[in-house]
Amino acid sequence: MSDTVISVENLSKQYHLGVISTGTFYGDIKRRWARKRGTPDPYLKIGEADYGNRDGETIWALRDIDFDVKRGEALGIIGRNGAGKSTLLKILSQVTAPTSGVVRVKGRIASLLEVGTGFHPELTGRENIYLNGAIMGMTSAEVQGKFDEIVDFSGVEQFIDTPVKRYSSGMYVRLAFAVAAHLEPDILVVDEVLAVGDAEFQKKCLGKMQDVAGEGRTVLFVSHNMAVIQNLCKRSILLESGYIRLDGETSSSVSRYLSVDQSHNVFSPDRNRRIGDQTTKIETFTVWPNPPRTGKSVEFIFGISKPSTGNTHENIDLAVAVLSQQDSPIFQLYSRHMGQSFSIGPGETIIKVSIDSLPLAPGNYHINLWLGSGSTPIDWIQDCFVLAIESGFFEGGEYIESKGYPVLMKSKWNVVRGNTGQVDLE
Amino acid sequence: MITHEEWDLIIRPQRSWWDLRLGELWRYRDLVRLFVWRDFVAYYKQTILGPLWYLIQPVLTTLVFTVIFGNIAKLSTDGLPPFLFYLAGNTIWSYFSGCLMSTSNTFTANAGIFGKVYFPRLSIPVSVTISNLISFAIRFGLFLAFWCYFLLMGSEVRPNLWILVLPALVLMMAGMGLGLGIIVSSLTSKYRDLQHLVSFGVQLLMYATPVIYPLSSVQGIWRWLLIANPMTPVIEIFRLAFLGTSSLNPSYLFYSAFFAVIVFFIGVLIFNRVETTFMDTV
Repeated sequence: MSDTVISVENLSKQYHLGVISTGTFYGDIKRRWARKRGTPDPYLKIGEADYGNRDGETIWALRDIDFDVKRGEALGIIGRNGAGKSTLLKILSQVTAPTSGVVRVKGRIASLLEVGTGFHPELTGRENIYLNGAIMGMTSAEVQGKFDEIVDFSGVEQFIDTPVKRYSSGMYVRLAFAVAAHLEPDILVVDEVLAVGDAEFQKKCLGKMQDVAGEGRTVLFVSHNMAVIQNLCKRSILLESGYIRLDGETSSSVSRYLSVDQSHNVFSPDRNRRIGDQTTKIETFTVWPNPPRTGKSVEFIFGISKPSTGNTHENIDLAVAVLSQQDSPIFQLYSRHMGQSFSIGPGETIIKVSIDSLPLAPGNYHINLWLGSGSTPIDWIQDCFVLAIESGFFEGGEYIESKGYPVLMKSKWNVVRGNTGQVDLE
Repeated sequence: MITHEEWDLIIRPQRSWWDLRLGELWRYRDLVRLFVWRDFVAYYKQTILGPLWYLIQPVLTTLVFTVIFGNIAKLSTDGLPPFLFYLAGNTIWSYFSGCLMSTSNTFTANAGIFGKVYFPRLSIPVSVTISNLISFAIRFGLFLAFWCYFLLMGSEVRPNLWILVLPALVLMMAGMGLGLGIIVSSLTSKYRDLQHLVSFGVQLLMYATPVIYPLSSVQGIWRWLLIANPMTPVIEIFRLAFLGTSSLNPSYLFYSAFFAVIVFFIGVLIFNRVETTFMDTV
């Protein structure tokens, strides 16, 4: 008997894009009938343009994936959003079936796709431990045996007989992770649970996962956190749009991933699917100065092209959306907000948007670009630019690290009353 | 790569029709037990009257039936005390309709949890059927209490040995309710139409079952239509057993049993077919 505990062969998963069905049989028939006559889909929402992904168009979330995992191995799975990591985990944990291919597994597999699954708000912490354990495949006797350990690990023993709906979100997550961490499966599949809880608890979780891997159990770990992956896994698989790009030492996978990911301040529109018919298209996008500095003026310059045939495109709006590296939105510069839109004729058009004082802390940000008309996208490109901002002085004051708060605001400080002096640092 | 090793789990695109994994359901029996207990407890948490709610509903329903159908519409009750007659019908019917209604949204109501973790999906409808059994037991206890009272008061109530088939009646209702429910839930994972049909369809079905009137009050072709309803023999035989009146030949019970078995198996087959990929369509 070999040491292979997971064997994945030619695994593929296809998803249908867009709306699967209108939700009613009658609706589906009506839609088909409309298509046959060439009339517009009656169920299309107003303003929802044809992205070219409807009518049976499909996307391969995973394509011909092959790999083996040995007993006791900790395997990292990395890749950009939409690379297929979550789909792979969903198939491994039997939440959905693959379109083709086979997965063979030895031993009990448990997945932590999201902690706290199946917690019932009305039940107490104690009751939920049993319920959650059973959902994950433990018998009540097994939970019983580990009960004290679980409660101890979670650190909520004081509230163990309180309904979990009264818990703070931190307590909730800690209890949920505690149950999951004590499952003792042969193979543990983990997806980003460490993104929750405070730093101390995260450390505890990491330690627990290291223990699990050390005990000769197999761990599959998906994360965006490269430091954690490097810490935990010797071997990593890099997924890119459904394919395995690299399967090897974590250090080489991670550096490959970062080299793809981190081309700063360069317009790279082809990493993601563009949405819209692109009859008017964003050809270039640059930032000036490069790199931009905190608190200084900055310009974003669009190079837009339109084929010489065709009419002038009226009412075009442009937007630059700035997101954190974790893809949470921070702000957007939207021409409509300033009461402006453009009519774009054939040929090349250059449009720039400028702000006087860049209100962002130094670091890297993602940018989405929008070229559209009303709510209809014509060329909408997500995550096509990594904006790397360097340190500078903000509004004449001193920039001190903002500890996770990315936005800086100009503000006035005055002593209103009190025996206090005010020193102007400037 | 060809291996001849022992694998514990093989994940393929589509399972065969007959790979029902009932053994797995047995391994997860603790989960079923906990689901049952959760449904039962969560029903009355943070209520003042607590488990009493299991009694209030049937009593009020029966009172309304007695007033409207007995006193105002003056429907026949085969000479039985109207309150007891309606309570009997209601007790039986509410178990069947409860099973059907609460299993028919298995996929849509549990999409969140099904999307995160794997456990035998069948454990949800099975546990719901069992937790309905608990509320049935409570209602049945209530029925027995009133039944004893009417017996002692010397009413026209003649219990007999048919009482012994009660477990079979309950099994048939469970089979039909669960079977129909999971068929509906499988079909509603893509189209929601049926879900709307179920909620009022069950109410309409009640009028096509001798719940508020005895079978004896219906004649001709309508009588045959009523008997074609597999719930009719169950209710009639229940009344025959505890109250002593029925115009139906008890052998029709075989028809109900046959129906229950067939519906249950079709349900499990379809459910099993849908559960592997329903997350992509729900």
